[in-house]
Amino acid sequence: MNNFFEKSDISRSEAENIVSDTLNKCDDGELYLENTKSETLLLDDNKIKNSSYNSDLGFGFRAISDEVVAYSHSNEISKNSLRQSSENLKSTLKSVKGTYNHEIPKSNKKYYENINPIEQKSLNEKIKILNEVNNYLRSKDDKIKQVTANFLGEQKSVEIIRSGGESLTDVRPLIRFNVSVMLEKNGRKESGVYGVGGRQSYDFYLKDDNWKSVCDEALRIASVNLESKPAPAGEMKVVLGPGWPAILIHEAIGHGLEGDFNRKKTSAFHNLMGQKVASEGVTIVDDGTIDNRRGSLTIDDEGTPTEKTVLIENGILKNFMQDRLNARLMKTRSTGSGRRENYRHIVLPRMRNTMMLSGNRTQDEMIKAVDKGIFAVSFGGGQVDITSGKFVFNCTEAYEIVNGKIGSPIKGATLIGDGPSSLKEVSMVGNDMMMDPGIGTCGKAGQGVPVGVAQPSILINKMTVGGTKL
Amino acid sequence: MVKDQEFLEKKASYCISLAKKLGATESSVIVNNSVSETVNFRNKKLDESNRSDDLGISITTYIGKKKSSISSSNLLDDNLNILIEKCVETTKNTPEDEFNSLPDKDLLAREVKDLNLYDDTHIENDQKIDYLKKLESAASNDKKIINTESSFTQNKSNFILANTEGFCAGYKTSSFTASSVTVAKDEKSMERDYEYSNKCFFKDLEDSEELGTQAADQTIRKLSPKKIGSEKIAIIFDKRIAKGILNTFASAISSSAISRGTSFLKDKVNQKIFSNSINVLDKPDILKGLGSRNFDREGVKTDTLKLVEQGVLKHYLVDTYNGKKLNLKSNGRYGGTSNLYFENGKISFKDLLNSKSKSLYITETIGHGTNIVTGDYSVGATGFLVENGEFKYPINEITIAGNFRDLFQHITLANDLEFKYATNSPTMMIEGMVVAGK
Repeated sequence: MNNFFEKSDISRSEAENIVSDTLNKCDDGELYLENTKSETLLLDDNKIKNSSYNSDLGFGFRAISDEVVAYSHSNEISKNSLRQSSENLKSTLKSVKGTYNHEIPKSNKKYYENINPIEQKSLNEKIKILNEVNNYLRSKDDKIKQVTANFLGEQKSVEIIRSGGESLTDVRPLIRFNVSVMLEKNGRKESGVYGVGGRQSYDFYLKDDNWKSVCDEALRIASVNLESKPAPAGEMKVVLGPGWPAILIHEAIGHGLEGDFNRKKTSAFHNLMGQKVASEGVTIVDDGTIDNRRGSLTIDDEGTPTEKTVLIENGILKNFMQDRLNARLMKTRSTGSGRRENYRHIVLPRMRNTMMLSGNRTQDEMIKAVDKGIFAVSFGGGQVDITSGKFVFNCTEAYEIVNGKIGSPIKGATLIGDGPSSLKEVSMVGNDMMMDPGIGTCGKAGQGVPVGVAQPSILINKMTVGGTKL
Repeated sequence: MVKDQEFLEKKASYCISLAKKLGATESSVIVNNSVSETVNFRNKKLDESNRSDDLGISITTYIGKKKSSISSSNLLDDNLNILIEKCVETTKNTPEDEFNSLPDKDLLAREVKDLNLYDDTHIENDQKIDYLKKLESAASNDKKIINTESSFTQNKSNFILANTEGFCAGYKTSSFTASSVTVAKDEKSMERDYEYSNKCFFKDLEDSEELGTQAADQTIRKLSPKKIGSEKIAIIFDKRIAKGILNTFASAISSSAISRGTSFLKDKVNQKIFSNSINVLDKPDILKGLGSRNFDREGVKTDTLKLVEQGVLKHYLVDTYNGKKLNLKSNGRYGGTSNLYFENGKISFKDLLNSKSKSLYITETIGHGTNIVTGDYSVGATGFLVENGEFKYPINEITIAGNFRDLFQHITLANDLEFKYATNSPTMMIEGMVVAGK
């Protein structure tokens, strides 16, 4: 575990005293300490373009009184800086008369090992793999004009010190390996991207030359796109493949079920608790407890152990995702969803691994049920306006469906839908649930956090496809 | 208080000399400090206050043509010693790249002009609260407004850039930002919109009540939107969206995208890529400009560039590394553009609205549907149907799509340019886009 006070002029007990003194009569709050070591290694254009290492240390001090949050952060873990932060918090919350909530659930479960992935593989080994990736791809297809491959690794150590001196700690490894290729044929260029990752060592993801399958997938997507024709424009039936296309769930439903937007009644879902928001057979959970997944957490950034939260059960809205602040104000409990990008940011209720569970239909049945529509397999990302409920996501691999058969590949297009109604249009849920490959980052209020998604194949009766062909 | 030049210079020169001692042949360092204070209001009450004090250092070391870099927020000498040692060690083990080098000495900025980028005024939290109270009161005048969130941020920053060519310069900047996000509701719908103001100097900031009123008006007019059918139609982009299209253009002419061959604008210098009347400038020396600067993140002097003249592309945005690869001199665009803008068009906003019997006026786009490699564009959109120059009704849940290669050739600009962001565009009309709706 990281000793945050080792090289500081302030001892742990002095820091604890400042925390307790500052949070006296506040409703909640904590001192959050963080030390992150991260590396980036990038091969691009036949060369190692970037080898960099980052070491980030700092604290964020938070005091909450009723609905008001006071926050102060700094890189310097010192007597001076902590005292100054304390003064900042006190001056914001001029008269506090709350009772500090000491209660925080405990758990012994851990969902990843305490490792530093950066140090588990030498720089030379990593450079060797990147060069092999480049050679492998360029020798495989002479249409390849550009190859980019990178390693991102980090180890984040956090400690949460609460009023009274209670301390909660976590050490979180995270890696990502990405490959992108660009092809050119008769003057036309298209690209393909694929990656893998999670909270284990690089070797776990790269063993038995597994990097080759990552390369193959990026190349396959780019090759499909090279043959693609303009996408259709207008409302039609959409079949989504399993796994990564669950970005749909994340955007259409996930953000709208985060506690803060519902407490503020600015989410399109705020008055729909207990009501039907999806077709029968649709069950969606947000789970922070799956071993080694990118979105998993042993404890959240307030110290609450994570859990598997049922959001929608058989079409009915059951729960929102909560951090401590919104849970208290909505008179419920935290679901262990309080997260922040790093010590520079305040805690918000966020998703972890958001998953639609399997049903009993097959992908074949879905394709056969479509006269005219599209089959979307891979996505680049999405966005939602939680107030109007409108969401989009961008296909990076899709095909047209004509009379129950998969036809030509179509160009990347944006799909747009309405969150509260789109999942009511789900008419078949597949039996093939799959997790994404572990590369997702979710953005909210300027903060990015690693997340996961999963879903089986699904058939949506009606969505608007943003192509150019009328 | 933001750290002074002397402190930052001391750290920078410590790193430079240590890197040299440990075997680096060249190196460069950026040390920066940024202090921000934010107050947030929600429904006319204090919601959050946030103070941040960020120190950061990033060091790049070279051994001949080998290069590596490190960055850290921990500026204690102990930590810097460990990191620089690690950096030099990694540099030794990183393969050579013939194009790696510091900028050519004769391109480095020789003087640092005062561009009026720093306002010493300190706005106490009580003053911020006062501003936000007035803003929120104006924003919530109409009963249809059911939620208001607003924010006031004061930021003061300072930095030093130093390298082994003897370059060592930096300066303070400040920014004051106020924003208002409102939610409106009627029987059929709930909508959100925003307005904000960002200035180097406090006294130039938008009036609080004006800001709140604008946000509320822009939200209320979005209520009860309709979805329209799919068709080919002229699209008019509000200035806040039009600037995004200019940013896409800037990414597509960055020397890194060009040298890697991953841009639809590769090999287009001296070719006509926009309609005849279009001029694009990048002007770094605008006083109080939000993108103003004396030099780029490598220390290279940044001069005004006329990127597009009468529709013809004249320059890429060149940094040292990619410049060497493309056999071009850096034009001080490491890290992108400064104050980038389209010059005004010839017709008024009103005449632009009137120029088609039917068009769509877009006020917001969502999604990441821009592909620089192919020029393809497809995003979700919200806006208004315009008929004979008048806003008829709000529309949403549509997408707009096309390809920039073609779209750039069909741009008409109004003459209402203002400098509200670092990148700015007058209101823009593009013909030939496809709307997907019902």
